[in-house]
Amino acid sequence: MTETENCCTPKVAPTDSCCPVNAPDTVQNCCPPKSGKQSCCPPVADHRKPEYKLEGFIENWLDTPIGEIPVVARKLNRVDQFGRIAMRWGIGRNHYAVAPGIYAVGTPDAEAEVLISANYKLSFDVLRRSLGSINAWILVIDTKGINVWCAAGKGTFGTDEIIRCVKKFHLTKLVTHRRLIVPQLGAPGVAAHLVKNGCDFNVVYGPVRAQDLPAFFTYNRQATPAMRRVNFTLLDRIVLTPVEITILYRQIFYTALALLLLGGIGSQVFSTSAALIRGGSAIATGFSGLVAGAVITPVLLPWLPGRAFSLKGIWTGLAIAILLGGSLLPDAGSTIHIALLLQVTAISSYAAMNFTGSSTYTSPSGVEKEMRIAIPCQLIAVVIALGLWLWTAF
Amino acid sequence: MAHQKYLKNVVTLKLEQEKCVGCGLCAIVCPRAVFKIEDDLAWITALDNCMECGACVGNCPVGAITVHAGVGCASAIIHSWLTGDEPSCDCGGGGNC
Repeated sequence: MTETENCCTPKVAPTDSCCPVNAPDTVQNCCPPKSGKQSCCPPVADHRKPEYKLEGFIENWLDTPIGEIPVVARKLNRVDQFGRIAMRWGIGRNHYAVAPGIYAVGTPDAEAEVLISANYKLSFDVLRRSLGSINAWILVIDTKGINVWCAAGKGTFGTDEIIRCVKKFHLTKLVTHRRLIVPQLGAPGVAAHLVKNGCDFNVVYGPVRAQDLPAFFTYNRQATPAMRRVNFTLLDRIVLTPVEITILYRQIFYTALALLLLGGIGSQVFSTSAALIRGGSAIATGFSGLVAGAVITPVLLPWLPGRAFSLKGIWTGLAIAILLGGSLLPDAGSTIHIALLLQVTAISSYAAMNFTGSSTYTSPSGVEKEMRIAIPCQLIAVVIALGLWLWTAF
Repeated sequence: MAHQKYLKNVVTLKLEQEKCVGCGLCAIVCPRAVFKIEDDLAWITALDNCMECGACVGNCPVGAITVHAGVGCASAIIHSWLTGDEPSCDCGGGGNC
């Protein structure tokens, strides 16, 4: 339908509105004439400015004593869903943020709860999706696009930023109560008593998971013990496995390049076909070690013997190395088998140890202790594996 | 949580119970059920559960709790070994932060 058909010269008999007869008389359905005529479209309350893009999750605006506040959707749209998947694979991770400020969910009033969130879009999306029918304000603080827990550890989700935002956004004019619902995992960065001193708002720690918020409010802002505990379920672990591989993109690329070059070295000084065959085999076995440590170990984490993650990674690495046998190696022999075993196991152990950063129960003291033992062992295994592999070329 | 036990006897968490005022906030903020409130006092009942996040320390209004809090992330610790900086999520790779 062209603009002319859609607007001020309808083919059917004119009505009071210039909009199409069968369409609602809204801004979206009406367009001004190109020229020469006065526009009869409803006035546009457009919040867009030439240099800004209106976020797709904002569905309306709410007039409040502190000005117009964006009302965000409770459901995620396709862009939100795509963004979540892409972010899991490391695409746009560093820019996955929403603008700090106050947002509304539903039609909150002066008595509605104020929920604090990070400006990491995944946190924000989970929160607005979890609220059910609750009308609330969300105060998004600037954590530089980092999630609540990590930002709390770094201090960006913290006491000072909460106090600053409460004052900056004039929260006392928006609500009559003096209560902030802070996610429990933000507690490492927040001192409730200092927030009270700084802006006269009481911090009430909400549950660990946003989806427990409706129940939390039903129980008069009380969380059950289960709501206060972090889990590390199979799904939690699986969701995090792509991250482990994507953060190693660069190292994987340079290692693969080095293996290709080293694979070509032999009695003929350098052979391209050897580079492709031997180097390719080494890359494939190395990658299988990475999968064993970064994917299989997290999935089997509770059932693998030992408490140190590097030890758990040894079991999966050994299993994969034994399963692979010499199938990836055209010139399989005993020496190359030992190299394979050491390489896959060492890489798997390292990748599994790296998963401590994703886990929800390891302590820095513990990780450092296991690293002081594991890293020298991993290095020795890799050096021996590399030596044996190079030796087999001559 | 029964399966999710990390290394024994490594955590640096300490509670000076004589300072405790029994506000219970440490038990509320701890995501690993390390504390229990009994007789209006906090007790450490599961020391090895502690992941040294520091939530209890920051929220104790009387400074009764101490811990060497930090990032339990291997790549962050390696980065700190190489640079001498404190382990942080700004370790380049970014971890899951």
